[in-house]
Amino acid sequence: MADVLAILPQQLVFGLALGTVYGLVALGYTMVYGILFMINFAHGEIFMIGAYVGWWVLALLLQAQAGALHPAWVLPLMLLPAMLFTGALGVGLERFAYRPLYLRGATRLGPLISAIGASIFLQNAVMLTQGARMKVYMTSLLFPRDWRIQIAGASVSALVIVMVAVAGLMMWGLHLLVQRTTLGRSIRAVAEDREMAAIMGVNVRRVIALTFFMGSALGGAGGVLVGLYYTQIDFFMGYSAGLKAFTAAVLGGIGNIRGAMLGGLILGLVESLAVTFMNPAYKDVVAFVLLILVLVIRPTGLLGESVAARAKV
Amino acid sequence: MAQPGFPRWAAVLGLVALVAPLAAPNDYWIGVMARICLYATLALGLNIVVGFAGLLDLGYVAFFGIGSYLYTFLASAHFGLHLPFLVTLPIVILLTAGSGILIGAPTLRLAGDYLAIVTLGFGEITYLLLINLDRPVNITGGPSGIVGIDPPAVAGFALSTNTHYYYLFLAALGLTLLASARLRHSRIGWAWQAIREDELAARAMGINTTVAKLQAFAIGASFAGIGGSFLASWQRSVFPENFLFTESINILAMVIVGGMGNLLGVVAGAALLVSLPEVFRDLQRYRLLAFGLMLMVLMVFRPQGLLSFERKESSDD
Repeated sequence: MADVLAILPQQLVFGLALGTVYGLVALGYTMVYGILFMINFAHGEIFMIGAYVGWWVLALLLQAQAGALHPAWVLPLMLLPAMLFTGALGVGLERFAYRPLYLRGATRLGPLISAIGASIFLQNAVMLTQGARMKVYMTSLLFPRDWRIQIAGASVSALVIVMVAVAGLMMWGLHLLVQRTTLGRSIRAVAEDREMAAIMGVNVRRVIALTFFMGSALGGAGGVLVGLYYTQIDFFMGYSAGLKAFTAAVLGGIGNIRGAMLGGLILGLVESLAVTFMNPAYKDVVAFVLLILVLVIRPTGLLGESVAARAKV
Repeated sequence: MAQPGFPRWAAVLGLVALVAPLAAPNDYWIGVMARICLYATLALGLNIVVGFAGLLDLGYVAFFGIGSYLYTFLASAHFGLHLPFLVTLPIVILLTAGSGILIGAPTLRLAGDYLAIVTLGFGEITYLLLINLDRPVNITGGPSGIVGIDPPAVAGFALSTNTHYYYLFLAALGLTLLASARLRHSRIGWAWQAIREDELAARAMGINTTVAKLQAFAIGASFAGIGGSFLASWQRSVFPENFLFTESINILAMVIVGGMGNLLGVVAGAALLVSLPEVFRDLQRYRLLAFGLMLMVLMVFRPQGLLSFERKESSDD
């Protein structure tokens, strides 16, 4: 038991790092759900593609002998293309796979199946073009391994601090955008009542497309951060990460932006505790049991409003 | 149509299916046809939950896996039990139906996407348990699965060739098809369809939605119990990899591609999705890519499925 307690602070740091990234990816699910009442099943794949774009940028930088480049420049150089690419991909998916369905007022099942199709398609497209073998992030270029500080018996690497900071900043930025800007007000209006927002002069299609762009870009950023953290990526990583992030979104109350962040943190910490105190093989079982318990006891999630009643196949 | 669910084409198709092995070019294709029957049975089971009752179940493979492993426990060297096929099958069907109630019960209050995610969670948990329950006590055999499962034997005759299995699976498909057709026009069936169209209104009409939903889960799961027993006895082995999430999606796609709620459509969907990869065997690498694209295109252009004419699109805005 003493051994377990000794590694607990370290595990909590891992949990925190992972939790912020879950939260970041969960935002994409929650924003789309808040506005369209649809689970964007392909969001996990968007996250995975973000990780691949980041890998390519890093590989190109290495090839260009950019070793002298200060690490502070490398991360933005990876994040920006990844976010732009995944954002555009999200908009493309919305335009071709989802919009024709929600414009027709189709049943709820249609968009979900279409999203599942998109997910399978993207996964295999990446496998066929990038290969099935995992790719390795060369992070040593970024953060030397001895860049770490000790807090309460836990060793916190520079990478973890940067991850938490980047994810936190993005969430804060999104929060400001949704709460303080005109675009944010349009998004909230469309989420509240799409038809009424249209009558009041909101360009609904544009708002939905922008929501997809932002949610997907955040998911892509999450992919880069996870790639840096685990240093290994493969075409299948989006599946379980997507499920976890969706769990986080539901946990916090889907459709609620603060809920997604809270849910991500809780899930990350619960998983790190499960790894500490239980057989690590059951880590994912714990995550899913938690999801099921929350939904059964409080179907709206921790911070959610009652959107469950509106959800209908 | 004198009796509901017994159109004339059903008899014609049944006859065609009976003589089909004669037309098969080789034993391999008889195996493919057997798999079509197996998957059509599974798809009919999922169709009860998704197509009839409108409950989106993304974890149907859990029941398939539970059925397979239960059969394996009762009829293999793993636990040293070698119950005869005709004893094992009903036990597996009953227990799998029970698992349907167990998994269905916590989801009763949930609607739509939430239900989908919880069932998906149950599917994942089942897979993770199958792959991990070889320690501390070896129950499932872990990642390497269980081999050496008894083949079905009835009155001293043990099934061995693909043709034998084809006729067994075809008979089961016929029975489940018949059961589905009868159920649809029964009191339970109308209750399911009422819930699918409007749960609140169904409850107001005096339908006990709790019981009706659990019946859908139990009966849908029992079909998976049949399918699971067949898979285990046909493969003579089971592995957790047989019961991945993609399998749930595959079966769901059979239901949706053919046209939800339409029995002929569901069988056609199973036939299409099992045989297409065989036809395009050379393009194996692109099979899933095309599958994903097809799901998207189908939803965009024909969201009601290929063979569905009855259920009108209803907007919920």
